Amino acid sequence: MSTEVIDKVEVKKETEALFSKKRKSLVSNPMDSDNPITIQVLGICSALAVTIALQGTLIMAFAVMFVVMMANVVISALRNTIPNRIRIIVQLVVVATLVATVDQTLRAFAYEQSKALSVFVGLIITNCIVMGRLEAFAMGNKPWDSLLDGFGNSLGYAWIIIAIAFVRELLGAGKLLGFQVLDKAWYTANGFFATPAAACIILGVIIWILRARSGYVED
Amino acid sequence: MKFLRDQVDKLKPTFSEGGKLSFLHSTFDALETFLFVPNHTTHSGGHIRDGIDLKRTMFIVVIALLPALMFGMWNLGYQFHRATGMEVSLFENFWYGMLQTLPIIIVSYGVGLGIEMAFAQFKGHPVNEGFLVTGLLIPMVMPADVPLWMVGLATAFAVVIGKEVFGGTGMNLLNPALTARMFLYIGYTPEMSGDKCWVPIADGVATVDGYSGATTLGNVGVASSNGTPWSDSLLSWGTSISDSIMGTIPGSIAETSVIAILLGAVILIVTGVGSWKIMLSTVIGALFMGGILNLAGGNAWYDMPAWYHLVIGGFMFGTVFMTTDPVSAAQTERGKWIYGFFIGLLTVLIRVYNPGYPEGIMMAILLMNVFAPLIDYRVIQSNIKTRLNRVKA
Repeated sequence: MSTEVIDKVEVKKETEALFSKKRKSLVSNPMDSDNPITIQVLGICSALAVTIALQGTLIMAFAVMFVVMMANVVISALRNTIPNRIRIIVQLVVVATLVATVDQTLRAFAYEQSKALSVFVGLIITNCIVMGRLEAFAMGNKPWDSLLDGFGNSLGYAWIIIAIAFVRELLGAGKLLGFQVLDKAWYTANGFFATPAAACIILGVIIWILRARSGYVED
Repeated sequence: MKFLRDQVDKLKPTFSEGGKLSFLHSTFDALETFLFVPNHTTHSGGHIRDGIDLKRTMFIVVIALLPALMFGMWNLGYQFHRATGMEVSLFENFWYGMLQTLPIIIVSYGVGLGIEMAFAQFKGHPVNEGFLVTGLLIPMVMPADVPLWMVGLATAFAVVIGKEVFGGTGMNLLNPALTARMFLYIGYTPEMSGDKCWVPIADGVATVDGYSGATTLGNVGVASSNGTPWSDSLLSWGTSISDSIMGTIPGSIAETSVIAILLGAVILIVTGVGSWKIMLSTVIGALFMGGILNLAGGNAWYDMPAWYHLVIGGFMFGTVFMTTDPVSAAQTERGKWIYGFFIGLLTVLIRVYNPGYPEGIMMAILLMNVFAPLIDYRVIQSNIKTRLNRVKA
């Protein structure tokens, strides 16, 4: 895997602004043109598995956001001391610690939700976005940049799964965040949207819309 | 005819390049070629000249579907009057069924053609005839009691997600008509299966003593879970196996009659539109799996004679009209045998082993649709290999 180094030979004349244009793009690019789900096609399993209802999806989004940002910062801070040959296992230890923290916190304070999300919180360890960002960005950039990059990527992941969950809960149960918004008197819930297959199709439609807008064509 | 031609010619400039309504030219073109034989020919490259084009192929399929549709309409009336204990004439039965079926057909065509034309305008390519058959197949595989908005929704889903996203007619991976049915079956299971949906009987209408609208597939499924042994009494209410062949049983609108469907099969085979290899191998696959289960024995499903699988449920309709869809089926000749065989085999497997899905042919076909390109690829590769070996030797 190649490492993206953003400031290679740049001679530091003055300190870069905390939110310079380049740093803003670290957050804004993953929202659309470099989205982890729709462009890099990472994190698909959880996008299909946890998007049946908005509430669980929001918790999942925050959990991933916490793990990606923290892991990015920690690995970025350690990057010069990690021997290259064992970097994967070091990254894994950091990620696993963070995920275990999130999992235990959820179990302690939001037991019902953690039960509904079942193994998928634990499976954040294997979410390719986490390892992908560590390998591609945190290993070669400074902690503040890495934090912004983690924030941007997890936000890009979050808005996609929230959009999918919105459609699925609305059409599949007529509810939003557990409240009945479409009256049962005239709305028949569509069981198809309760299946993960529907998430796959909604995701496809989102990609379709984004690509139609940006004109991106795969060769 | 001359008058019509003149009128069309008069309108033509309005829709041609530079005309006022030129953005609608593909819609106009579709209607013109529907009325008259198109006069444009291919300009370049070597082509086989043949009188048959997409429009004519599609039309042959529609003709082949008519016997089953007509019988289905009559059967709907027959089932209703049988359930309510009324004796009426053949025509009254037909009329009743037609009034039930026509709105479904109109909705299916209206929604489907509307979307097709919108996409054609938007993308700037001509409207093609792909929906002519799909639009008729969708109502034919619906239960008669299905709400019309569901038909519209399923049609829209099938055309957009099943076909247009892949690039339109000829590019779709799955059979669009079955995609529509699958969408409704998973989305609105209570309205699409069970014993109430096949014959529309309004609340409060009295039925004959002992009446049950359950299909044979439903009955055998229940008997298998309960451990009731197989017997002919498990066929749908008050029918024998010859009624299943004839088609006077409850079921989706046009799928009940084996005889009417076989009539369509003859038309397809004689004109060369449908592949007899796929039809035959599907039947062989079902008999093969049914035979193995017969030998094993055990519950009602295992003990049902294997050939019953061919005449109950939608097996025949799927085999003749759905598996032979030239776009989603396997293309190679050897591939067709494999493709059909596994559809038959999987149909019986799903029926017998999955209590959640009483009918298996829909899922078996969609599953094999996905595998068809892979089958073709293997067939072609193995052919290349044999020929290379021949060269070496």
